[in-house]
Amino acid sequence: MSWIKDMISPKARKWEEFYRNRWQHDKVVRSTHGVNCTGGCSWNIHVKDGIVVWESQALDYPLLENSLPHYEPRGCQRGISFSWYLYSPVRVKYPMIRGALIDIFREEKEKTGDALLAWQNIQQDPQKRKRYQKARGKGGFRRISWDEALEIIGAANIYTAKKYGPDRVVGFSPIPAMSMMSFAAGSRFLQLFGGVNLSFYDWYCDLPNSFPETWGEQTDVCESADWYNSKFIAVMGANLGMTRTPDVHFFSESRHNGTKTVVFSPDFNMVAKYADQWVPVHAGQDGSFWMAVTHVILKEAHFEQKVPYFIEYTKKYTDAPFLVELNREGENYVPGKLLRANILEKYETAENGDWKFLNIDEKSGEFVCPSGSSGHRWQEKKGKWNIRFRDGETGDEYNPLLSLIEQNDEILQVDITRFDKNEKIKRGVPVRYVTTAAGKVAFTTVYDLMMAQYGVSRGLEGDYPADYEDSGSVYTPAWQEIYSGISAGTVIRFAREWYRTAQATNGKCMVIIGAGINHWYHSNLIYRSATMSLILTGCIGVNGGGMNHYVGQEKLAPVDSWGTIMSGKDWKIPARFQQAPIWHYIHSDQWRYDGNQADYNAVPKNEFSSQHSADLIAKSVRNGWMPFFPQYNKNPFDIVKEAKKAGASGSKEIQQYIIEKLKSGDLKYSVNHPDEEVNFPRVWYIWRGNALMSSAKGHEYFLKHYLGTHHNEIADEVAKEFVKEIEWKEDAPEGKMDLVVDLNFRMDTSALYSDIVLPAASWYEKADLNSTDMHSFIHPLSAAIPPVWESKPDWVIFREIARVTSELAKVHLPEPQLDVVNLPIAHDSKGEISQREIKDWFAGECEPEPGKTMHNMVTVERDYTKLYDRFISLGDNVKNGVGAHGTSFQCDDFYEGLLSDKKHTHTVDGKSYPSIKEDVEAIDALLQLSSLTNGKLSERAFVSAEQNTGVDLSNLRPKNNESSVRYKDLLSQPRRLLNSPIWSGLMDNGRAYSAFTLNVEYLVPWRTLTGRQHFYLDHEGYIHFGENLPTYKPSPRPELYGDLRKSVNEGRAKLLNVLTPHGKWHIHSTYGDTLRMLTLSRGMEPCWLSEKDAKELGIKDNDWVEVLNDNGVYCTRACVSSRIPSGICIVYHSPERTYSVPKSPSRGNRRAGGHNSLTRVHLKPNLLVGGYGQFTFHMNYWGPVGVNRDTFVFVQKMNQVNF
Amino acid sequence: MDIRSQISMVFHLDKCIGCHTCSIACKNTWTDRKGAEYMWWNNVETKPGTGYPGKWEDQEAYKGGWEKNGDSLKLKGVGKVKGLKKMFHNTHMPTMDNYYEPWTYQYEKLFDSPEGDDQPTAEPVSLVTGEKMTPKAGPNWDDDLGGSPEYARNDVNLKDLSPAERETMFQLERMVMFYLPRICNHCLNPACVAACPSGAIYKRGEDGIVLVNQERCRAWRMCVTACPYKKVYFNWHTGKSEKCILCYPRLETGQAPACMHSCVGRIRYLGVMLYDADRLKEVASCDEKDLVKKQLDLYLDPNDPEVIAAAKTCGIPDSTIEAAQKSPVWKYVKEWGVALPLHPEFRTLPSLFYVMPLLPAMAQINDDNNYHNVGSALWDDMDNPRLPLKYLASLFSAGDTTIIGNILKKLMSVRQYRRAVTVGDISWDDVDKIMLESGLTPDVAEDIYRLTSLARLEERFVIPPAHREEAIEMMEETHIHKGSTGFGFMKKPKRGL
Repeated sequence: MSWIKDMISPKARKWEEFYRNRWQHDKVVRSTHGVNCTGGCSWNIHVKDGIVVWESQALDYPLLENSLPHYEPRGCQRGISFSWYLYSPVRVKYPMIRGALIDIFREEKEKTGDALLAWQNIQQDPQKRKRYQKARGKGGFRRISWDEALEIIGAANIYTAKKYGPDRVVGFSPIPAMSMMSFAAGSRFLQLFGGVNLSFYDWYCDLPNSFPETWGEQTDVCESADWYNSKFIAVMGANLGMTRTPDVHFFSESRHNGTKTVVFSPDFNMVAKYADQWVPVHAGQDGSFWMAVTHVILKEAHFEQKVPYFIEYTKKYTDAPFLVELNREGENYVPGKLLRANILEKYETAENGDWKFLNIDEKSGEFVCPSGSSGHRWQEKKGKWNIRFRDGETGDEYNPLLSLIEQNDEILQVDITRFDKNEKIKRGVPVRYVTTAAGKVAFTTVYDLMMAQYGVSRGLEGDYPADYEDSGSVYTPAWQEIYSGISAGTVIRFAREWYRTAQATNGKCMVIIGAGINHWYHSNLIYRSATMSLILTGCIGVNGGGMNHYVGQEKLAPVDSWGTIMSGKDWKIPARFQQAPIWHYIHSDQWRYDGNQADYNAVPKNEFSSQHSADLIAKSVRNGWMPFFPQYNKNPFDIVKEAKKAGASGSKEIQQYIIEKLKSGDLKYSVNHPDEEVNFPRVWYIWRGNALMSSAKGHEYFLKHYLGTHHNEIADEVAKEFVKEIEWKEDAPEGKMDLVVDLNFRMDTSALYSDIVLPAASWYEKADLNSTDMHSFIHPLSAAIPPVWESKPDWVIFREIARVTSELAKVHLPEPQLDVVNLPIAHDSKGEISQREIKDWFAGECEPEPGKTMHNMVTVERDYTKLYDRFISLGDNVKNGVGAHGTSFQCDDFYEGLLSDKKHTHTVDGKSYPSIKEDVEAIDALLQLSSLTNGKLSERAFVSAEQNTGVDLSNLRPKNNESSVRYKDLLSQPRRLLNSPIWSGLMDNGRAYSAFTLNVEYLVPWRTLTGRQHFYLDHEGYIHFGENLPTYKPSPRPELYGDLRKSVNEGRAKLLNVLTPHGKWHIHSTYGDTLRMLTLSRGMEPCWLSEKDAKELGIKDNDWVEVLNDNGVYCTRACVSSRIPSGICIVYHSPERTYSVPKSPSRGNRRAGGHNSLTRVHLKPNLLVGGYGQFTFHMNYWGPVGVNRDTFVFVQKMNQVNF
Repeated sequence: MDIRSQISMVFHLDKCIGCHTCSIACKNTWTDRKGAEYMWWNNVETKPGTGYPGKWEDQEAYKGGWEKNGDSLKLKGVGKVKGLKKMFHNTHMPTMDNYYEPWTYQYEKLFDSPEGDDQPTAEPVSLVTGEKMTPKAGPNWDDDLGGSPEYARNDVNLKDLSPAERETMFQLERMVMFYLPRICNHCLNPACVAACPSGAIYKRGEDGIVLVNQERCRAWRMCVTACPYKKVYFNWHTGKSEKCILCYPRLETGQAPACMHSCVGRIRYLGVMLYDADRLKEVASCDEKDLVKKQLDLYLDPNDPEVIAAAKTCGIPDSTIEAAQKSPVWKYVKEWGVALPLHPEFRTLPSLFYVMPLLPAMAQINDDNNYHNVGSALWDDMDNPRLPLKYLASLFSAGDTTIIGNILKKLMSVRQYRRAVTVGDISWDDVDKIMLESGLTPDVAEDIYRLTSLARLEERFVIPPAHREEAIEMMEETHIHKGSTGFGFMKKPKRGL
């Protein structure tokens, strides 16, 4: 073995310096990636020679409990590739503008000598406008100076505000948590301007509507360390290895600690590899599986075994013991609304008696009115909003009766609709009667209704299943086989393993769920079906339990103070927050291509459920359920001027004036006339996101109707025969947008199609903050190097836009303007108890009362000459307190504290304000004013929560309440967040955050109608749409969904369901264009096909294919794999059009698009309702979501490839 | 005894995510430059699959590693002598087709295309020719079983499976895949060292890291052929071979190698192993069936007083012995016997070890076209693994399925034990039975669980201090070095001497 002699000669080894030299670097700086992945990973950025050379993960997160694995390292293949972007050829280095636009602008500027007049001349000349709109996306970029770019932007702002109103200026930026100050920069500018922020969580279809439905919460989930506390994990629609890369070790480590794991997924994917069992459920059919699981749980664990932990939990924390009236429809009985307390003489005079509910006391058999309902929350007398077993009116203790099975007046046969067959069946339910002013009312408990719904007969008569093998009866294990493709035996075994684990551990079973479920049309129902199995086994609000939804859910932890800064609330202005799905559905004219939803949505037949989605949107807007901007077919400045001219003074009279004008038809809602020029959105800011591609459901419709450039959509406009309220114009407008501005560090598709691209500083070049719900730390972005070339941080760019806008205003709009802002009825406000019934004031069904039966209207002064001053100063409305989610607290002393640092103040109109001109100043203000990062404020927030609930929360206050972190502290180490009642999980002593532990352990109510977790949703709209009880609805059929009316299969294509889950080589579109990710993947985003489908189509691995439907086409290469089932294909979210996309032979040899070329939005209308408990609007919290999973396409081989 | 120390690594395959963060950490630091584009010192392969370079395990084609030659060994392909004959025509070298043609995109088109009638896009162009190209292969082309007809079914390790057994693995419901991260094995019997005509490759005495001296390398490329793992790459720009250096500049400063530091699945463990170099030849040339056992026997118990005494005699510092006593690799490989070397039959005595992956239980699609459980409860189905034992045996035990089966059983026992402790829904009788069968005691089960699930970086990464001051002292005075290190001219990598 002579060849392995030691090499010890030091001289011979001197060459080893070669690699040592490479390793040596000059400094290491902490930052992270402000990308929409919820990872929130702390990184060390290595700088050598003034150049960022590589990044490596920071390993210094504070420790949690010793029994938990540590959070280190965090970071994935994508994050570690980021440094490539900094100096890459795809980096935007200078402000860019399309030549076609700058030429016209310079010409007009030369003529008029004025930027605003130049802009006006362009916009008022249809040919000039068309000229540059047609050129969008087609090359011809030119470098311009910052000054010139800003001048054009400022001119467009003022021109639009003056001519049409500021609500035609909109902005889109997603998921603030990833770089919260960069988000706040744009939103603060927009809100101070009177512009509109588009929501994102719902638009992305990441908002799980079932969370507000069940818990009155947007999303609240455990941090990933808590997976380790679980003893049974079911994963569905979430590919943890792929998308939760930095967290998945907790999953595997949990397995080696004796946890059982089951993965549901149609394809054998990265996380399936980890599981004890992989269940290849048919795509989108998970709901049927879980309905049957709940059937088994209810039958065995609840009815037969009456497992004490489950029964007690269900009584205490759910609406199961609440009473529901049964209404007579002809000969039949159907479940109706929850019984209200004030139907009884005993509670007749209770405050908010319409919003207090009833239970029956087990012992006395008498009615009780449980405390903790929304009526108690919003009543004058505080302290009754808790979920103790106490009558909220009398204070008497009680123990609720869960079921009337043993104490009833009669068994009634109740109609149960099974939507898989669209038929009604009858099942016996025990009822009692109560005599009210309205007569004799039959009622039962929610629990009894569920037993009937799920088919657990308990010896009652009716169309109940005989046993588990009864496949003809809904929700049995055998029934679900036809939909899920999974045997009844599998369901039964799963259900037993599930509830036995929950029983043995007091609720340590969890579901991890994601986009693979949430993007289906009926996602809310699939979620509810799994949630049932969790709640009924006491797995919510328990460490190791929970419905843990991870997709786009990034948690902005210090939302209290951040919310103030980003919305301009410090200047006491109302914010224009727009629910994006309805906005895009209407403005990008996708509604025109949509048939009647009732044709593809499984709904009972009634007047409400048979309307076109667009009509229901119009109703939701005027009723104050949903916002819509622009508001009216008139400039709001002019409306107020005219109102004043007509003698209105004060906001009440202005409101009245507007109502009269609406009634007379002199003034119209924009939403009813979206294709009138006056109602177009005009100026669009895009930052931190890819609004025109990866976020653009109906991308080709965006290109056509927003941009007016080339598109590949061939769909029929079919809505004409259905819509009644929305005005139909024969020719849909193309090119609604005057100006699209994109802030970006890379040339992505949105940048490529924008008019102006502003070079943004990247995540290693600016200061910012990052938080997530995957962990419980807050940590910074910081500048390892200054912004490269001419790029600037978003905070600075929007500050500059504010500056030039103010300067132009001094000339063109110097007088303060009065604006009127329409606000929908808001969640966590008294508006939650405003609309007991659906009544349309416009149809004369009730009186128009702003903020009650209709939206609110608030007048506010806009002085554009002061816009910049306000942007850079923190207004003194902060002194009135900050808060979130219904909890607020005083912080005037900390505001004064900021003010006392004279070096960091500004004077506006002679008054001094804390400066937030610099990003770090804004960050420090945020940290000092949040209950998550300032111990004193956490304490105050708990005191405030105690007053609201009457519950003693004193031992949750932080022990060291002095701590207030600063930006510089975070640079040295990420900090764990403090306990705060604005969130629901407890984190003391290194305990892992798990949602709703505060509610379960301290009896703090959920923010729902009853204050409990809701199985039953008694909103009229839900009853009309057949979703009051958890149910199974079949997926929309492709022939009715309408994405394939025009496209024909000429015999060489195959109809497939296209799935677009999150991919391995990108976070949405980011990183997907980096050479590193492209090299490690297929050099592009392929279309994954099963071997069987590929064979039928004559497609071999790496062949070019066209994926198309009426909406558009994507051209790519095939990836043929036996891990994909036949009948589906996968295009991972999200390709870009900017690399490696050839032209499409099927669409006239034009450049093909991306996966969103195949989508068009379909909205689920029952998600529009409002003004009712948890069904009340809040941005990104409630409203229809932009579903995309039910999309079908033809896939065919592409024989000719042309770039 | 000739006791030496070797830095070794364990990869816990059950924890591997297949994310490739390790590959990029390595690439960013070491091979992101001209001539090194195609080098992936660290890569991750989807198994079954053909890996990188394509079918690298097929030594009939590549002639890497050693073969038994009577009681001795010879290189399968080129050796110093054979190599001289093949100096100018090394027929078993992988070609660009076996690797891939590196490419980039015309990103600049997005910025500088003049206005046209359609949207510009960045087309792929070859980094070799500069011409437009359609990528047909890449360093990770069969990731997640992409294109299984061409890739997974051509996995060399399927050789012992019958056609029916093979096809079963590619039915959707019986599908299987796992990830195999690979770096240079820093072998105890490295074929690359033996094959180098210039003597440019050596094994460092203090830690066993195998390095290609960038000053002495003369571009013979015999190492490329000789390495059966295909982990030596030829830099076409500098004309030198390069390979994984186990991040010695990081190790020397007490930091984990980049691949390990960045391992977000926390699957990697690094530690010292002591071995008896006197026995290398005997072990490397033994019968194939004894290879695994004999290699494991080479490693010496660092807690054994005799070994400690002998190690001291051989000049092993106390700090190294202490590190070896805390070595997580020692625990996985020797104490618990749940980690095995990759392809021991290549006879290079690799220093990296792999803990076997557990995979989902089997299920089947019955005549009713529905998915059915196998077994009556989860974990009942341990004797029917999704991945055929023969397949794992081909990778990790030179064909011995018994040893693989035992390891899987041990890992499952740990889980059962912890289930009994944390949930209690398994009877202790059942747990005791399986523990006895797999040879575990509760203490050991607890230790395995802790190191697998709870270990922090400082437990996963245990190496002795490098004592750079002692190395530098051999060339110049350390206080002089302190003031002058880094001064001088930077030496750029380039062709020539």
